[in-house]
Amino acid sequence: MEMLTNILAATVVAGTPLLLVALGELICERSGILNLGQEGMMLMGAVAGFIAALSSGSLLVGLIAAIATGVAMSLFFGFMAITLAANQYAAGLALTIFGTGLSAFVGSGFVGNSIEGFTRVAIPVLSDIPVIGRVLFDQDPLVYVSFIACAGVAFFISRTRGGLILRAVGEDPDAANANGLKVQAVRYMAVAFGGGMAGLAGAYLSLAYTPMWTENMTAGRGWIALALVVFATWRPGRLLLGAYLFGAASILHLVLQGLGWNSPTELLAMLPYVVTILMLVLLSWDPARTRLNTPLSLGQPYRPSH
Amino acid sequence: MLQLERRPVDSALMRWASPVLALVLTVITGFVLFLAMGRDPVEGLRFFFITPISDVIGLAELGLKMAPLLLCAAGLTVCYRARLWNIGAEGHFLMGALGASVVAVQFLEADGFWVLPLVLLAGVLAGVLWAAIAAGLKTHLHCNEILTTIMLNYIALNFLLYAVHGPLKDPYGFGFPQSVMFGDSSLLPALIPGTRLHIGLAFGLLAAVAVWVMFARSFVGFQLNVIGQDHRAADFAGFSARRLTWLAFLVGGATAGLAGASEVTGPIGQLVPQVSPGYGYTAIIVVFLGRMHALGIIAASALLALTFLGGEMLQIAMNMPKAVTGLFQGLLLFYLLTCDALIHYRIRFRHRARESKVMTPSTAAGEA
Repeated sequence: MEMLTNILAATVVAGTPLLLVALGELICERSGILNLGQEGMMLMGAVAGFIAALSSGSLLVGLIAAIATGVAMSLFFGFMAITLAANQYAAGLALTIFGTGLSAFVGSGFVGNSIEGFTRVAIPVLSDIPVIGRVLFDQDPLVYVSFIACAGVAFFISRTRGGLILRAVGEDPDAANANGLKVQAVRYMAVAFGGGMAGLAGAYLSLAYTPMWTENMTAGRGWIALALVVFATWRPGRLLLGAYLFGAASILHLVLQGLGWNSPTELLAMLPYVVTILMLVLLSWDPARTRLNTPLSLGQPYRPSH
Repeated sequence: MLQLERRPVDSALMRWASPVLALVLTVITGFVLFLAMGRDPVEGLRFFFITPISDVIGLAELGLKMAPLLLCAAGLTVCYRARLWNIGAEGHFLMGALGASVVAVQFLEADGFWVLPLVLLAGVLAGVLWAAIAAGLKTHLHCNEILTTIMLNYIALNFLLYAVHGPLKDPYGFGFPQSVMFGDSSLLPALIPGTRLHIGLAFGLLAAVAVWVMFARSFVGFQLNVIGQDHRAADFAGFSARRLTWLAFLVGGATAGLAGASEVTGPIGQLVPQVSPGYGYTAIIVVFLGRMHALGIIAASALLALTFLGGEMLQIAMNMPKAVTGLFQGLLLFYLLTCDALIHYRIRFRHRARESKVMTPSTAAGEA
């Protein structure tokens, strides 16, 4: 029981960065913009957050720096994909390649430093519930932030006027434009939100998950998040489920080793990526259903005629 | 006030001027960056762009780095022309290196002309196999190729790490995760004696020419172009998207696999974990910068090969992080895509004063 509780708690922690970045990408994709730059923005968030926290001594400053960096990176992308109506695939890839290079460059002097990262804060009363208390309510503060963000995004998309506008823009930008909605502005905001969340997710890695900076420390999480959004059929509730599923896959090799299972770590480290492909297979085999769920204008460059 | 205005016809001039403009902007940014870091910008740029290729040895090293980039880029060109976003060249490359190594370590003592072709073939097949997974996922299970190829890259990397830590590990290698040195009969012959440059570069140039012939002279190249430019037109013409997808992926896997095989049988001579400094990803930039054209990708691969050498040179000469290579590559691609907007749009200067005269109440409200 003790063991199971610990595994579940570790699953939530491993799933949190995925949840954060995927929530941002979900909003972004709902506006019709596909940003393949998540990995690059996460890396920049991770390195900026780490450097800011290390030099200021404050984790909060680190978080703010990470979010601001993510937003700034995403605005570069927005300029290309929205204002210049460039190919979104290429622009997103450029963002990832640029972010990978820049983060390695900026962070090269900080490899090997370590800081006191976020620690667990138990929520009174709730954390006393058996199992669930430890798993959900005795975690670091950013885990709680991810819960709130998930609920907030779900509420925003389905229950608010802003969410309706977002979806309208994503489904049919022409019609939205004809109705007087500012398509480009909405998309910029969605992209910026995605950037901020990616920065926050990066900071989770460098300030909470493993409080240090190493090159390429995201290890493909930004890409997995893109698959997660497809997995969740663009719905926040399923995203939560999916993020923890992938979180479980990514700590499985630690669990198996703990159980005395002696298979090579490199083979077990493939698991999250294999699971991602299997998920894509399960969800994509019916193209009609995929089409039904995908925001209609996703990935299409759009410039209003006036 | 600056405004973008759609050109009636795409600008052919800007198509080729854009990469040059992007390079100029990247160099200017580099200049500013050096200044900001308190380094001598002229000296820095000289170390990055000129010093590495100022002698024969340096030029040979450039060719050495060009070979894998050109091979990967040639295969990716076939995919990207058909708008198949294969990001998997890195994975094909790693599997090619692994496949070739598995065969090479079987023939350490063997002596014969057949060993090298067999080793290279194993690399090509491994690359093809890896690409076939992505192709099958795309054509039969409708999976997005960007995500599957990226995931396959990470899986390939872990396979390679497993091999050098496990079955292929040199038992007398002092615990280093690497294979034994290959036998002489598994090694690529040198192209210029006295340098490390091997015939892998010739493979790359041949691949680029083959791509040119394919798209300029063959029906299948035409079909790939059509399917990339207008999927519906290709459907009406009866071109099989499934068949063309497989073809593009297999070509991409074969060339990148050969690149990986050439790398382990060429300059390295054994399988090591860091066999690729990201050639498969850099090749994507090569394709975009080279305008998906044979001559273009040859020039672009030379430039990007130089960024690897320049990064190493800056590390040695000015004690700067080697990551400057990735930064430069990212900047270049960024500027390229930005400048590419000028292919479809032109910049117009409009005067606000004149605009306000013709403004009707409704547009004025819209502006506010």
